[in-house]
Amino acid sequence: MARIGVFVCHCGENISATVDCTKVAESIGKLRHVALSTEYKYMCSDPGQTLIKDAIKEHNLTGIVVSACSPRMHEPTFRRACAEGGLNPFLCEMANLREHCSWVHEKNDLTTEKAIDIVRTQVEKVKLNHALQPIRVPVTKRSLVIGGGIAGIQAALDIANTGHKVVMVERSPSIGGHMSQLSETFPTLDCSQCILTPRMVEVAQHPNITLYTYAEVESVEGFIGNFKVKIRKKAKSLDEKVCTGCGLCITKCPQKKIPNEFEQGMGMRPAIYTPFPQAVPNRPVIDREHCTYYIKGKCKVCEIVCPTKAIRFDQADEILDIDIGAIVMATGFDIKHADFFPEYGYGKYKDVIDGLQFERLASASGPTSGVILRPSDGQVPKNIVFVACAGSRDPAKGIEYCSKICCMYTAKHAMLYKHKVHEGKAYIFYMDIRAGGKNYEEFVRRAIEEDHVEYVRGRISTIFEKDGKLIVKGADTLLGGQPVEVVADMVVLATAGVASSGAEELAQKLHISYDAHKFFAEAHPKLKPVETNTAGIFLAGACQNPKDIPDSVSQASGAAVKVAALFSQDELTREPLVAQINRMAPPLYSTCVACELCIPVCPYQAIAMEEFKNRDGKVIRRAAKINEGLCQGCGTCVAICRSKSIDLYGYSNNQVYAEVVAMLNEY
Amino acid sequence: MKTGIYPGCSLNGSARDYNESVFALADAFGLPLEQVSDWNCCGATAAHNLNKNLSLALPARILSLAEQNGMDEIVVPCAACYHRLIVTQNELRKDPELKNQVCEILEMDYKGTSRIINVIEWIDKYIVPDLEGKIVKPFDHKVACYYGCLLVRPHKVLAYDRPEDPQSMDQVMTKIGATSVYYPYKTECCGAGFSISRTDIVSKLSGKIVEDAESRGADAIIVACPMCHSNLDMRRNDINKYWGKSFKIPVIFITQAVGLAIGLSAKNVGLKRHFVEVNIS
Repeated sequence: MARIGVFVCHCGENISATVDCTKVAESIGKLRHVALSTEYKYMCSDPGQTLIKDAIKEHNLTGIVVSACSPRMHEPTFRRACAEGGLNPFLCEMANLREHCSWVHEKNDLTTEKAIDIVRTQVEKVKLNHALQPIRVPVTKRSLVIGGGIAGIQAALDIANTGHKVVMVERSPSIGGHMSQLSETFPTLDCSQCILTPRMVEVAQHPNITLYTYAEVESVEGFIGNFKVKIRKKAKSLDEKVCTGCGLCITKCPQKKIPNEFEQGMGMRPAIYTPFPQAVPNRPVIDREHCTYYIKGKCKVCEIVCPTKAIRFDQADEILDIDIGAIVMATGFDIKHADFFPEYGYGKYKDVIDGLQFERLASASGPTSGVILRPSDGQVPKNIVFVACAGSRDPAKGIEYCSKICCMYTAKHAMLYKHKVHEGKAYIFYMDIRAGGKNYEEFVRRAIEEDHVEYVRGRISTIFEKDGKLIVKGADTLLGGQPVEVVADMVVLATAGVASSGAEELAQKLHISYDAHKFFAEAHPKLKPVETNTAGIFLAGACQNPKDIPDSVSQASGAAVKVAALFSQDELTREPLVAQINRMAPPLYSTCVACELCIPVCPYQAIAMEEFKNRDGKVIRRAAKINEGLCQGCGTCVAICRSKSIDLYGYSNNQVYAEVVAMLNEY
Repeated sequence: MKTGIYPGCSLNGSARDYNESVFALADAFGLPLEQVSDWNCCGATAAHNLNKNLSLALPARILSLAEQNGMDEIVVPCAACYHRLIVTQNELRKDPELKNQVCEILEMDYKGTSRIINVIEWIDKYIVPDLEGKIVKPFDHKVACYYGCLLVRPHKVLAYDRPEDPQSMDQVMTKIGATSVYYPYKTECCGAGFSISRTDIVSKLSGKIVEDAESRGADAIIVACPMCHSNLDMRRNDINKYWGKSFKIPVIFITQAVGLAIGLSAKNVGLKRHFVEVNIS
């Protein structure tokens, strides 16, 4: 006969402030088969867990219900306590009195009644629980890092240095990401390239890292420890092993009028190119969309001039199949461009540029070799306006969040401008200055006090051109909303940081969740900021939300540790809460009628058909079979099965019926 | 499809020129335009500052009458009336309880079935498709199209054109042979209702609008709002006095420009009623 123990948690005051926990424990104690019903202030604490362990032994319990919070955080805690008390951990159930009851209702009798009902259903359920054994699966000790910006580079190097293999996939022809485009970095003003390029080289040369640039993730199947990844290596149209990276083809390519992505459209590049001189790998690719040969069928200048005969016009995309144990997402971010802003001219004014374009203007390796020149006529701007929060924190633009990096980089931009154009005047229009970070506030003060950058608190309503100047209209909200008009030579918009293009499709390929803005979602905003909801997939850098370099690097190292921890085991244990198709003795074999409806509905491709043969080898019966390794226990197949042949361990039909019946019956 | 017209107060008063040009166009293209019977004031800027129910009931009565007249759509040439009517229709659509309340006040039925269109939409829908072959005197001038505040805002409610840098008037003008100049003052404030009480503010604000149009080489400012017209045209002397300039650029309703292009006489489209002399044709 079942002997159930019920443990009602107060969760400090989270539950007990609205639910009468004593009454819950007393009422439940009167139920049949309940051997013990008790309460405690913090069940998850050490004394709370000890209470459970001791009670299991003392009352010889056959199942327990912890009536506390959502199982998401503490189910593992209580299962562990259960196991330490000598009971199979899967004989523990949680009744969610916090999220489902105390947090969402007022304090009154009905709330306590509801709490009792919630616990009752779990008591009925746990009576039907079975002891289950965890599933063991092997771990492939090779990780995949998607994205080769600073976050991906840091994660890859950290994992590789623990001795594990890393495959890095980057979709552009070089790693380096946005950081390689930056001029100087805040708050130290050290040169971005100088600190980044050595790390890029390290990635390329590390014996544990395999680098695929100009490549994209085609598909991901499988689960933690056992992902099957397909990578599309786009045709670079040259043999990387033969090419020496001499660059002759780049200088001789007759097609030179393609907007340079690395220079944010402020320079031109040929059809065969490396994004920038310090690119890693330093091998060019042919941009087939713009290459004269691919458009008109003739040219081949690069092939003629190549001293090592490395050009391969007929090269095809290559698909690689790789077994992967853990994945780090490091796909970064994009920024909105000036054309997103109707009030700032829909991008039609040449001298209204975005922050990344200014980085290129200020960069020693940029299109102007670091001299600040405005794009329209190449003159040095005497008056320059920086607009912070262009798009960010603006619900009317659909971007409610703060892009986090703009306050700092705008201060840096104004500072760099003042260092290069001493007699120039720099204005920054801002909403608030958010300079939280080590030495950040001091940096902003420096811009104001030492470099005399004019900070004006207010937003810019409109920008238009008049007599070759930009008229910037706004308000000074510290002076009672007085209208301000600045006649500027150039305007830099600190446009909002947004999710990288293709982030949504990638998230769907990997089955990870993302938010309304297409940024990848963490498993818990505070305690699991590096994990995703999909086991074995971790986050690094600005693919989660806009982040500066130190934050991206820290998170990347965090993700690397998670991967290393995973790889420290040879086998993983998985919760055995998987679906099962019944089997019985011949000649029935199963009640499954082989309709195969469950196969297409399974989101994890975990179901296949099994054949039963007689002694002659003839197939006499077919039935569906579930791969325990792939099954995530979602229960979709259970719902669609017409012959009720599928059941979910831990959530069997009988258990769910028992819960429903308990809820419907008066007690 | 029956199209009615709600003229509002200005088209019978300070903007008779606008009224004449709308009807001259309707005649020229054979477009019947019946006035909403027994129409009343839309409430303009005054009502919604004083009493919300009043500000909704006044336009609701007009819309209700239009429904009774069997009008599927009504043209509202005045931008302020257009704005009040659409805002009311939107508020009553969102809140059925408020609608019932307003119906009770009016003691009339209101369904909200009549579509409200502004004069540019009307031209786009009924005149532009028939324009070919009718243009006898292309309006070959540089123009600055001035939309003012109410024709395109609030965008969420009106869902008409783009609120910053609108294009609809520019497109119509291009079709009758004009060249529209780059004109950033398109939707800046002209001073609106201060036309009566604070002419100094109107002189200052409207002055900038006029100055920018002239400085960009425009031969005329094109408008589609009687309030804008009176501020830029009727108040021109005040503007010139305030700025110490002598701006001469004429202010022409879009309906007048289209009328001239199809060969209607200056008198026919009301050009003789302007304060600033219109010396282009």
